[in-house]
Amino acid sequence: MSVVAFDPTAPLTPSGNLRRRQIFSRLAESGATLAAVVAVAVLGIVIYSVAVHGASALSLDFLTKGAPIGIGPAILGTALIVLVATAIAMPIGVLVALYLSEFAGRRATTQIRLTLDLLNGLPSIIIGLFIFKMLVDHRQQSGFAAAVALAIIELPMIARGSQEVLLLVPGSMREAADALGVSRWRTVLKVILPSALGGIVTATVLAIARAAGETAPLILVCSVFDARHFSGNIGEAIPNIPVMIFELSEEANPEGFARAWGAGLVLVAFILVTSLGARAMHARSKRKMSS
Amino acid sequence: MSYPEPVTPALVPAAPSRVRIQDGAQAGILPTPPSAAPEAVFEANAVSVFYGAKKALAGVSMRIARGQITALIGPSGCGKTTFLRSLNRMNDSVPGFRIEGQILYHGHDIYGRNVDHVEVRRRIGMVFQKPNPFPKSIYDNIAWAPRNLGLRHGLDERVEEALRGAALWDEVKDRLKDSALGLSGGQQQRLCIARAIAIEPDVLLLDEPASALDPIATASIEDLMHSLKGRFTIVIVTHNMQQAARVADRTAFFSLEAGGAEPSGTLVEFAATETIFGEPRDPRTRDYVTGRFG
Repeated sequence: MSVVAFDPTAPLTPSGNLRRRQIFSRLAESGATLAAVVAVAVLGIVIYSVAVHGASALSLDFLTKGAPIGIGPAILGTALIVLVATAIAMPIGVLVALYLSEFAGRRATTQIRLTLDLLNGLPSIIIGLFIFKMLVDHRQQSGFAAAVALAIIELPMIARGSQEVLLLVPGSMREAADALGVSRWRTVLKVILPSALGGIVTATVLAIARAAGETAPLILVCSVFDARHFSGNIGEAIPNIPVMIFELSEEANPEGFARAWGAGLVLVAFILVTSLGARAMHARSKRKMSS
Repeated sequence: MSYPEPVTPALVPAAPSRVRIQDGAQAGILPTPPSAAPEAVFEANAVSVFYGAKKALAGVSMRIARGQITALIGPSGCGKTTFLRSLNRMNDSVPGFRIEGQILYHGHDIYGRNVDHVEVRRRIGMVFQKPNPFPKSIYDNIAWAPRNLGLRHGLDERVEEALRGAALWDEVKDRLKDSALGLSGGQQQRLCIARAIAIEPDVLLLDEPASALDPIATASIEDLMHSLKGRFTIVIVTHNMQQAARVADRTAFFSLEAGGAEPSGTLVEFAATETIFGEPRDPRTRDYVTGRFG
């Protein structure tokens, strides 16, 4: 029998090295908490300063009229560019995700996932250069070129996000459908996609939020100075918010700088609303899937 | 061995029986085919199954008769589920799956060239261990497969008949539009059976259909099997020997046998259920059914 190293009848207060272990434990805990607070604070401070500086510029005219009063054409331009980009990227992204989750072998899956992650990490200025060379050089800058560049940025986000939710669809659903003598594509269309739809939409909305603020490729392929009008023609360069902010903030005139903040506030508000909306949708679809 | 040529023409499924069964209470009134060599639905000849390098099943030969309930019993890992899933090619999607030997379905090689695995499963339905209804309404769970197969005519009647066949109609007829996920486990499993019989398959494969259910739900599934007998050929895998004794006409005992580097599952004895549980010929069967092993 081993000897009991402590007196079992002593009061239950810390003994031995327990006090030292507790100090380390508290230090680690407060360090982690502090880091979390800093992360939240950074977001808070950025949003706060954008709001404070941008609020003074906001007005109905600012949102609806063209330069030099407002950024109306840029808002419409960004909306159009992102819409076209998503129309290109979403079908391709969802098909890639379906290929990965339903049809590809394990080797192909690993390689394509790696490719998508690399594409996701590609600096957007490189994508801008590439699109400039492909679609703008010897031609002209255009909203379409901008949309293609943003589609390349959205594609890996949509594909990876959709693939993650497709993996959440239980394998028993596929087995159930297989055992009923229904072909795989029908199963994908009628059982798997509907189950994963919420997550796919969420991934797409997050990709939209990211793409809406991308600036580097747009400066290269779709920059408009003095954005007075919105033509709606994506065959030519159309005004957009990121380039607008870039140009306004380069101006010597302090009034321009205030308008840059205002445009920034509009962009941040859009991204916040879409991201939070995506989260809410995601939570709803998860509830639906598990109920 | 040779068996009479099947009467069923090439790849056309048998016409479904028009007999409508109300509930399990009438179990047993359907005529059991005479035990003297009824027509074979499946003939397995020296079937071995591999998952990668691992041999899961070795040299199984058996003949499964039409209209009967055949039970596959045996300890875990003995390959009974592997064999069952090989009968409608559900193992095709398992990585590394490979099969040797031959499985004939009404004389046609299930793994033959030009055989479409979707067509195979359309005729040989399957119900799984865990109930797996689609996250759709009760009605849509049943109606989905018929719709996809082009059986749109008289869909309401088809759904009702399937639910009656699975002894579920009275419980759900007032809430067909409700989600199937709101049903109890036993109801979900009967829904899965209804879903399988709605496309009027020839064969139903049941993979431990009651193992996730409580005794009352299990009893209702067993009643259901009796009522479906004759209309469908049923092959059931079960861990529960009493269940095999209660429902099956013939019982196959699978076991894990040492042979080669790793043990693999094989068929030990296949006979009438009374024989397997009453006077088994093989000592291994006797040990298992008397509870001395497994």
